[in-house]
Amino acid sequence: MLARLAHRLLAGFAVVLGVVTLTFVLLHAAPGDPVELMLGPTATGEQLAAQRRAFGLDRPMPEQFTRWVSRFAQGDWGSSIAKGRPVRTILGDAWPATVRLVALSLVLSYLLGLFVGALQAARSRSRTDTVLSVATVTLFALPGYWLALMLVLVFTYWARWLPAFGASGLDAEYLSSGARLMDQLRHLALPLATLTLIGVGGAARFVRGAMLDTLSQPYITTARAKGLAPRHVIGRHALRNALTPVVTLLGLSLPALFSGAVFIEAVFAWPGVGRVLVEAVQARDYPVVMAATAVSAVLVVAGNLLADVLAAWLDPRVRTAPPA
Amino acid sequence: MTLLLRDRRGAFGTLVLLVVILCALFAPLVTSGDPAAQRDIVATRFVPPLSTDAHGQFHALGTDRFGRDVWTRLVYGARVSLGVGVVAVLLSIVLGVLIGAVAGFWRGPISLTLLGITDFALALPRLVLLLLLAALWQPSTALVIAVLGLTGWMSVARLVHAEVRALAVRPFVEGARAVGARQLRVLSRHILPNALTPVIVAAALGVGNAITLEAGLSYLGLGVQPPTPSWGNMITSGRDVLVNAPWVAIAPGVALALVVVACTLLGDALRDLLDPSVRRSP
Repeated sequence: MLARLAHRLLAGFAVVLGVVTLTFVLLHAAPGDPVELMLGPTATGEQLAAQRRAFGLDRPMPEQFTRWVSRFAQGDWGSSIAKGRPVRTILGDAWPATVRLVALSLVLSYLLGLFVGALQAARSRSRTDTVLSVATVTLFALPGYWLALMLVLVFTYWARWLPAFGASGLDAEYLSSGARLMDQLRHLALPLATLTLIGVGGAARFVRGAMLDTLSQPYITTARAKGLAPRHVIGRHALRNALTPVVTLLGLSLPALFSGAVFIEAVFAWPGVGRVLVEAVQARDYPVVMAATAVSAVLVVAGNLLADVLAAWLDPRVRTAPPA
Repeated sequence: MTLLLRDRRGAFGTLVLLVVILCALFAPLVTSGDPAAQRDIVATRFVPPLSTDAHGQFHALGTDRFGRDVWTRLVYGARVSLGVGVVAVLLSIVLGVLIGAVAGFWRGPISLTLLGITDFALALPRLVLLLLLAALWQPSTALVIAVLGLTGWMSVARLVHAEVRALAVRPFVEGARAVGARQLRVLSRHILPNALTPVIVAAALGVGNAITLEAGLSYLGLGVQPPTPSWGNMITSGRDVLVNAPWVAIAPGVALALVVVACTLLGDALRDLLDPSVRRSP
């Protein structure tokens, strides 16, 4: 088990390195020059060359790459070319907003999804199951940014209840701490509701499928035949075994969730890392793109690793299988 | 097929998809005129649904800010959105099943390499890739299909890999081996059919997902380029006039949701049909 974990860690490290390399190559292969974009069309050739030398962009490509990697590993993430601010500050300002949004919606949608899916499987083919199926399928089918627009239309334009832009009001700094918390919660409401509603649909559907698969296994029939209460059969015997694929899916859905969050951030002008990334790619702001990519790659690999460990913990068959 | 239609979900999914596909195929017959036609912008823009414009033309779903008929654009947009979704998913299913099955069945260096590639592809931030690719090449329909197909196979591969691995240690596989079946036959006849159930569900979900993602890319301006109508860029154009003319954004969104629901229900019905153990369960 430990050897396998070490192996996976090593593999994860290789993945991150690969992602970073590919991003670096693609980024530098793409047309567009950060220095030209920064200095504007009136800059002379000498000015461009001087600025490039200042950023070290005149060095050969492999040297630039190895220098970036070693500095990044030492914690020196450089400064944004377009904004001049340190990359760590830019990302440090943006990550909490994204993580708050994504983590909350992940927890909420999986808790709700587990509950709804298990309920549906337990009451398979009943009216409750049908109604919930229609609801979850519809939620799953809605494009996130469209649902976001509709929520804005209803709650902001028509009902005038909730704000649709940003993470806090313009007057946030002058509010008491209680009012400020309320203000932040009101701003969080619509983006969080959008991401969670979409997530619940997918999670509930998957849980229902996994549960139905499990419920058709012989050992469930045995448990039922022993005379165990249906609650016990569902909760103890079925749910636990159905969790393995669900946990795998949870790890897999992390990057998708981050991508989804980028759309939602765009709609709600949420000051998260998605917005930083989109702006940085457009400005060819190499240091910002590289650091953001590296950090998100690490997060994704860690998420998958965690899902694998959880799956092994839940299912002894995975644990005892001889290592690949 | 009759069995499929007897299932209410299958019947609904088939019906909706059939209607949408027929509408898309015979678009000139069910609409009036060109999806990009702008006749008299001032007189015909923002006509609400189910009303007649100043020129006496009826618009079932109203018009957008250029006076273009929303219904006509919706039907022509279906051609683009459906086509992209189906082709992209086919590409990713083929890739995913191949890679997942091989990686799950043959342990050792092959499996490790394939799993490594899968993890690598999964860890790639899809959006950065899309942004970069859109900067390298002009955004186009073919590029969207390729990008969606090439970035969508990993979850299928992982699902197939997990299934194949779990099935490979089951007694019936040992049995097949004991009878002397060759490796390829064990994989293709005994393991894969049992492992495909989640793939069918994944494919059904995938088509819906791909259509949604195409719309998302068009929404960011990286997908199908206007004036060619796709449901995504129609929603985008509706975003700016959300308060004055909400129907411009609502119509393509509802169409999109309807098609994705249909794909999903059809997938569910197929799944129950193909997996006897689920059908017989209480």
